[in-house]
Amino acid sequence: MKPTLSLKSQRTAADLCYNPGHSRNIFNRFLTLIAGVFSLIAVIPLVLVLSYVIIKGVSRVNLALFTQLPPAPGLEGGGIGNAILGTFIVTIIATLIAIPVGVGGGIYLAEYAREGSFSRFIRFGTNVLAGVPSIITGVFVYNIIVSTRLIIGSSYSAIAGGMALSILMLPTVIKTTDEGLKLVSDNLRKGSLGVGASKFVTITQITLPMAFAPIATGVILSISRAAGETAPLIFTALFSYYWPSGTNSLFDPIATLSVLIYNFSIEPYEVQNELAWAASFILVVFILAMNIFSRWLGRLASK
Amino acid sequence: MASTPSTSRQHLASDICISLDNVTINYNNLAAVRNVYCDIPSGKVTALIGPSGCGKSTILRSLNRMNDLIDGCSLSGRVLFDGANLYDPMIDPVEVRRRIGMVFQQPNPFPKSIFENIAFGARINGYKGDMNELVERSLRQAAVWDECKDKLNKSGCSLSGGQQQRLCIARTIATEPEVILMDEPCSALDPISTLKIEETMHELKKKFTIIIVTHNMQQAVRVSDFTAFFNAKALEEGTGKVGYLVEFNETEKIFHAPVQKATQDYISGRFG
Amino acid sequence: MPTGDQKELYLLRRRPAYEKFVDSSFRNITISMASMVALILIAILIVVFWGSIESMGRYGLKFLVTSNWNPVDNEYGIATAIYGTAITSFLSLLIAIPLGIGTAIFITENFVPKRIRDIIGILVELLAAIPSVVLGLWAIFVMEPFLRPLLTILYNSLGWIPFFSSQPMGPGITPAILILVVMILPIITAISRDSLNQVPISLREAAYGVGATRWRAIIDVILPAAVSGIAGGVLLALGRAMGETMAVTMIIGNSNNFSWSLLGPGNTIAAMLANQFGEADGSQVSSLYYAAFVLMVLTLVVNIISQLMVKRLSLKY
Repeated sequence: MKPTLSLKSQRTAADLCYNPGHSRNIFNRFLTLIAGVFSLIAVIPLVLVLSYVIIKGVSRVNLALFTQLPPAPGLEGGGIGNAILGTFIVTIIATLIAIPVGVGGGIYLAEYAREGSFSRFIRFGTNVLAGVPSIITGVFVYNIIVSTRLIIGSSYSAIAGGMALSILMLPTVIKTTDEGLKLVSDNLRKGSLGVGASKFVTITQITLPMAFAPIATGVILSISRAAGETAPLIFTALFSYYWPSGTNSLFDPIATLSVLIYNFSIEPYEVQNELAWAASFILVVFILAMNIFSRWLGRLASK
Repeated sequence: MASTPSTSRQHLASDICISLDNVTINYNNLAAVRNVYCDIPSGKVTALIGPSGCGKSTILRSLNRMNDLIDGCSLSGRVLFDGANLYDPMIDPVEVRRRIGMVFQQPNPFPKSIFENIAFGARINGYKGDMNELVERSLRQAAVWDECKDKLNKSGCSLSGGQQQRLCIARTIATEPEVILMDEPCSALDPISTLKIEETMHELKKKFTIIIVTHNMQQAVRVSDFTAFFNAKALEEGTGKVGYLVEFNETEKIFHAPVQKATQDYISGRFG
Repeated sequence: MPTGDQKELYLLRRRPAYEKFVDSSFRNITISMASMVALILIAILIVVFWGSIESMGRYGLKFLVTSNWNPVDNEYGIATAIYGTAITSFLSLLIAIPLGIGTAIFITENFVPKRIRDIIGILVELLAAIPSVVLGLWAIFVMEPFLRPLLTILYNSLGWIPFFSSQPMGPGITPAILILVVMILPIITAISRDSLNQVPISLREAAYGVGATRWRAIIDVILPAAVSGIAGGVLLALGRAMGETMAVTMIIGNSNNFSWSLLGPGNTIAAMLANQFGEADGSQVSSLYYAAFVLMVLTLVVNIISQLMVKRLSLKY
């Protein structure tokens, strides 16, 4: 029937069997093996880093770690209590700035903006801002806040650090708010507007609550990322060997876990190095917990 | 089993191409279609019809192991082709697909040039002949040559839906399979394109065994020599439905003298 | 028409002025919040540019090609840092691209059960969550000491090649490259996975339908269909690698003396900023702003191109 082709005539039933020696099957197995090995390599760093952080960190965990100040160089003991507290303070400041601005911007993009050049520019800018190196954010905040002593005459301060971190959080918060609100069914929006609700009421009482879970997921993820950031803090929040005290402490330099790890990792003292590992342990536990929590929240939201 | 087809199996056994022997297909341990016995004749067009959810597409996709792509899909029973059970662990599904080609419900040309769309399959099947000649011949057989001949280097996605589907048929022909499976090939197309594809099928059946799933009974009458009618019934366990083969016979008989009442009801439009 | 009594039941049939005010001011607030992004972005550009004007005027483009960094003589050039930034990001990409794409393929195909694939995916994502400073700490105390003997072998056998021409003594470019691989691998993996998942199943069926083997389908059909998304992800990773600061600062050695060698210490623009910005004064500050400006422009260009590529992907499918 097909004189032009000889392909078919060569085929017999045995050809249907898997032939492991066939070049294409060898090629397939080889590439599968490579992909598997690559995946293994991709997972190894996490396992190695985590196990070192746990091994070196856990041994140093005790009550003093949370309640005492870092020791002076050459002395034993001490803790990182001020840095733990400082990380919380700076991260909270950053969150308090980033959430209203980010959620507000996200609401604008999802609920008000029409497809125009302005909203396109904002979306584009959000993505570009996400790509700005974090060290440049530090330089920026140093320039406009620290060196000008803009905030009631203080230079390096917890507030300056928080502002630098908030710039890093902003793109993520905007994007997740935008995307979360877009997931809300348009019918719901129409229904609310249809009974005469204003746009404000529709957003604050219908769409925003519906989109709560995805937005919260993104916000938590961005908080956990901000908590581990170092580069924007080294010349905004700086560091401190003392406890933050009173409301004034917001306007003073403040210790954070991440900057402590950086500073203590390059000191030649064993005690400081150990504290750096302990700080890493606490930071990683905190961040992974936040991550897993946001994942759980995300899964809850998709159900 | 109640679903044993009423037609005697010997009756059709003259020249069997693919034989389904007590085939049951499960998705995640839930039966989708159950206990199918069917001998599909060689060199003919066989249509699989039935209401949606009756498992006709699932059966079709099982014939060249396309269901392997779906997680959690498993098959019990035997699918015999050329003396081998296609679900034997020794079988290479890639070999199976080279000899049993498939045309899908949605036209799915590769995002490559029209020429490459045809040449890709032939090349991986080890075709050593004149590629230009093969491309032209395949496109001619699929009745899409005239529309394509001046833009062989254009993307396959630039064609209209009907042309894309005929390009996909040409792509399948170019690999020289013995059997062509067609999964509702016209469901996404307009009536004129449908007509052209049906004309193409009349040409193709001279060379290939064709098995087509269609929900359009007129189409089954127009193109097929044999028809298998599938139906779905509620599972005894209570949840969901399971498909089964009701009746398999010459198309003529199925549509004019069906044995089963369900077939009669279906073809007269009483349900489905 | 409602009767008079019924009308009174709906006191707010006409919206009071305050409600309209709330409505419109809410809208204005969200607009101003959205504008903050643009404002910050532009302000960053202006601040960095403004700070660098003095240095730009003094050194011009020579700044980019000279490698003197001498605060005492007021001589500044960032060739060393540019070379470090380029070589670390380029080589880390070179390693991370096959690893990331290979992993992405492995977890989007059904080579192993879905549970295992999901676990690999989650582990790679968690890797992205580890703070850079912790990776730096690990690099200093674990990776670099482990690596040093291996690099010494490299130096002893291939020392005649300029890239391996210095004795590994501690922090250096190679450990920095490897830690960058760890940091950008999750980005490439995640974006490649998303792009591969976006390839329509029908295309995969088409390839299998004409008898393609799994890897033939991946190489000839699936990867080409996902390529613009993957390329966007690679560029995003490149931007991240160029701007990555802490881990690199901690492990690269911060040397301003130019050397081709990958085994010795070097510098990147970001590391230089982290190290010197806080303590700099005089014209060094302006030179650091100039360096920051160069970094900013480089990452901006890379990021914008990657945006466009990812966007093109979403238009296609």
